[in-house]
Amino acid sequence: MRADPADYCLASPGSLLGVLSLLAAEPAQWLPIAGGTDVMVLYAAGKLPNRKLVNIWNIPELRQIEVFPDRIRVGAACTYTALRMHPIVSQEFPLLATAASWTGGIANQNRGTLGGNVANASPAADSLPALLVYDAELALISARGERQLPYRSFHIAYKQTALAPDELIRDISLPRRFSGYVSHARKVGARNAQAIAKVCLAALGRLANGTVQDVRLALGSVAPIPLRLVATERELLGEKIAPSLLETTRRSVTGEIHPIDDIRSTARYRAAVSGNLVVEFLEKLASEGENA
Amino acid sequence: MTLAKLQEHHIVGAPVPRKEGRDKVTGAARYVDDMVLPGMLYGATVRSTIARGKIRKITYGPGIPWEEFVTVTAKDIPGKNCIALILDDQPCLAEETVNHPEEPTLLLAHADRHKLRKAVEAISIEYEPLPAVHTMAESEQQSTIIWGSDNIFKSYLIEKGDVEAVWKEAAYIVEGEYSTGAQEQLYIENNGVIASFDREKGVTVWGSLQCPYYVHKALMALCGLPEEKVRVVQMETGGAFGGKEEFPSMIAAHATLLAIKSGRPVKIVYDRMEDMAATTKRHPSRTRHRTAVGKDGKILGGEIEFTIDGGAYSTLSSVVLSRGTIHAGGPYYWPSVRIRAKAVATNSPPHGAFRGFGAPQSLFAMERHMDRIAQVVGTSPIEVRGRNFLKPGQTTTTQQTIREEIGLDHLLSRALKLSDYHAKKARFARENKYGVLKKGIGIAAFLHGAGFTGSGERYLNSLVGVQAGADGSVRVLVSSAEFGQGTNTVLCQIAAEALGLPYENVVIAQPDTTVVPNSGPTVASRTAMIVGKLVQSAAISIRQTLTKTGLLGDEYTPEQFRVACREYIAAHGPLKAYARYEAPADIYWDDEHYRGEAYAAFAWAVYVAEVTVDLATYSVTVDDFVALQEVGKVLHPVLAAGQITGGVAQAIGFALYEKVVWQNGRMVNNQMTNYIMPTSADLPPIRVFFEEIGNVHGAHGAKGIGELPMDGPAPAILNAVEDAIGVRFNSIPLLPEDLFEALSAQSLDSKASFSTREIR
Repeated sequence: MRADPADYCLASPGSLLGVLSLLAAEPAQWLPIAGGTDVMVLYAAGKLPNRKLVNIWNIPELRQIEVFPDRIRVGAACTYTALRMHPIVSQEFPLLATAASWTGGIANQNRGTLGGNVANASPAADSLPALLVYDAELALISARGERQLPYRSFHIAYKQTALAPDELIRDISLPRRFSGYVSHARKVGARNAQAIAKVCLAALGRLANGTVQDVRLALGSVAPIPLRLVATERELLGEKIAPSLLETTRRSVTGEIHPIDDIRSTARYRAAVSGNLVVEFLEKLASEGENA
Repeated sequence: MTLAKLQEHHIVGAPVPRKEGRDKVTGAARYVDDMVLPGMLYGATVRSTIARGKIRKITYGPGIPWEEFVTVTAKDIPGKNCIALILDDQPCLAEETVNHPEEPTLLLAHADRHKLRKAVEAISIEYEPLPAVHTMAESEQQSTIIWGSDNIFKSYLIEKGDVEAVWKEAAYIVEGEYSTGAQEQLYIENNGVIASFDREKGVTVWGSLQCPYYVHKALMALCGLPEEKVRVVQMETGGAFGGKEEFPSMIAAHATLLAIKSGRPVKIVYDRMEDMAATTKRHPSRTRHRTAVGKDGKILGGEIEFTIDGGAYSTLSSVVLSRGTIHAGGPYYWPSVRIRAKAVATNSPPHGAFRGFGAPQSLFAMERHMDRIAQVVGTSPIEVRGRNFLKPGQTTTTQQTIREEIGLDHLLSRALKLSDYHAKKARFARENKYGVLKKGIGIAAFLHGAGFTGSGERYLNSLVGVQAGADGSVRVLVSSAEFGQGTNTVLCQIAAEALGLPYENVVIAQPDTTVVPNSGPTVASRTAMIVGKLVQSAAISIRQTLTKTGLLGDEYTPEQFRVACREYIAAHGPLKAYARYEAPADIYWDDEHYRGEAYAAFAWAVYVAEVTVDLATYSVTVDDFVALQEVGKVLHPVLAAGQITGGVAQAIGFALYEKVVWQNGRMVNNQMTNYIMPTSADLPPIRVFFEEIGNVHGAHGAKGIGELPMDGPAPAILNAVEDAIGVRFNSIPLLPEDLFEALSAQSLDSKASFSTREIR
């Protein structure tokens, strides 16, 4: 541990109201901590800038997964393990369940939370592409009140979000209308477990009469924020999946992403693999889409 | 239980429980960080931030209560400012110049360990930078001299036969250049020690280490103390792999200086980031082969140039180079050969001991080169190896005559059968025409010498003790350390077998230089073979002492043994026996010409790797692995298989995953999230098989096996990758990005896209 614990302060009000009042009293001063799988890594390296931490692990309403006829509502402090175990999540939102299984190791999955993954806003986060393609909606809460925000509007720039300094993510809602889709999730990391993605894909699609009726593509680790490939999706709509389309799609994907060279990989590699993964999905869609 | 019955049981060769296993599993085992001494301080190291330069000024920044800290610089060293090892060129603390990033320069201690980091960061060192050297090629150019007069720590020349004559006879001349990267040992427990100092008793160090007497020697020189005033105790050690061979002398030296200055015990335990950035790694290497080959694929002779990057100080580079040089010719017969080897200096932290110790580097080159020879000649990788295997009566590159049965042909054919090589090879060639998943299979044949090289064991002059107590319990006294490989268990098995006692009646003493004799360092695959044999002799001496004095018959029960011990001790005092290493008469070694019997025994192996290359992600996955080896007697089947399995896993990391990213001589990916070692989810089934022919020099015919499995996997895997996609890679680690770049360079030529084209 490179940090001095004496420099830090941890509050644990035990209620949502208590947490929100702290955030309201000193906006941007308090960093909410749930599982700590991101926060404690920075802390151990002596690189955690926030000195005041507020515990949200023990707030029961943040730990629930509620099922409604038209949507499910995942409390922000629900763990990856809870997501993996939940029958509706694994049946209707397999991209999210799969992403939860990719994250860290078992210990990380027992502590790491979906809300934490959203708030930490890493472009390499495993679960965020899934939230993008599932049209997730966030409930943001503060002492001032509550607002709903489409998740696609949440990330503004690298590690910058629409979360106000006194706000907390309360839950993440997913509409239950994707069970008929072909879905494809693939993470390319440096190893098969305990890896940060070099590229990860979440994709959904549906064919009708051999043409693409709906398609949703999102990639992680290829831009400053988790990226929905809206232009590529638009080009695919109404098209028949044929070899020529695969090649134009590959170009379109490469044009839409902004990968970089970093310690984990290269921009060129990420661009090529992104194209390959989308093509892989389209081939799957072509072979399974009609039956879905 | 009678002796006859015990022999039926054969403690040697049986999977007895490991001695420290229960304590490790239950958490009762005591590692150095579990130990707290009264009044103990915590130490930290201020390190250089540049690769090379003169120290101009050291500033203690504001906001730190410096009076609370103990501070040590080179001026506080009572003896010699060096880490005594071979050439003694590495300072304990940089004084006027720094020669690599992360070089220790100043030490701090404080009672609250949390206060140290900020203090370390508040110290700024101003430098006058000097030009630095970061690659072997730059070092060889000698335009900047950073060590000695030529940047060369050590060079060797092996010459056998008349190489110049063979080029004319050659049907083919096959050339190749091969390189391997640095690798971090990644033991679970980071380096750590506690030191205390007492004016009467001198220095005591408890640490996580492999070689108590290396630390002992280094501390005597550093402190100017006689041997009885330095005590080194090995605590339970959470892995080492060579990474705790020479480095513990450094961290022990630092804790000792702080303990002397403060008069209080001082603990230094690195965190992972510091351990990865500042401690030793496997030497990067470059090997060039130029081989004269006959029409039939037989090697006629050749030249091998083997170069390793030693980092900034010589440390163990000369010895690593030696082993790499001797293994460079592989398990093949070279009628003539010239091997030129050198270890060169660069401005990175010194590279050091790591399982295999130079051999994985030069054998990677040899075994990739054999596949290349097969291609050039137009034969198969199997044929070309079979035609060149060493046979009994032939000589190695150092002109050591192979006297033992080796049966490499048998190993090869058994490995092919175990891996279903031929059927798979044919099937992959058929199936690889379609899809993005391409499969391949590759082999490597190799050897690993056990024990110190040449006259090394003679110089070590190891001493081993066995002591029996009045209660009939037996204690093995060795400085050989347990760090996961099974030392405690196999040495106790050997002693129990020699004494005809149950395994439970024999224990091993904690390595403590005031208790155990110097049985040499725990390195070089020497413990089971060399130290094991000495334990056996000492144990037999105990028994002979008791029979000679008439206290014990030829056959006895443990109870009779107990009574005999009690009576002997009552009459004569402590019952101890020692055995000292004696070099076999037929071992001859010429250090000057690097000629003769390089090793008392070699282990031999043939490994087969099966891989899938995914052309969507450019990643290589090892799907199946067969590891077949002849290791003499297997003393403990579970531990032996564990050694092989772990070594193969570590070598898969060496081949496909583990890349040290250097920036101006500093490792910049010094975290386990960014330095990628494979997990269990990345590993194939590793199928381990043994042949046991035996060896006259080791206990019960044992040879060393600890390092062997590190040598073969990398070339077998890269041979398999080439089999899968027809692209030649001669450098490891081979990462997906490297595959991508090579394939996209090819596809630019052919204007084909990856997922649909056939690469073959």
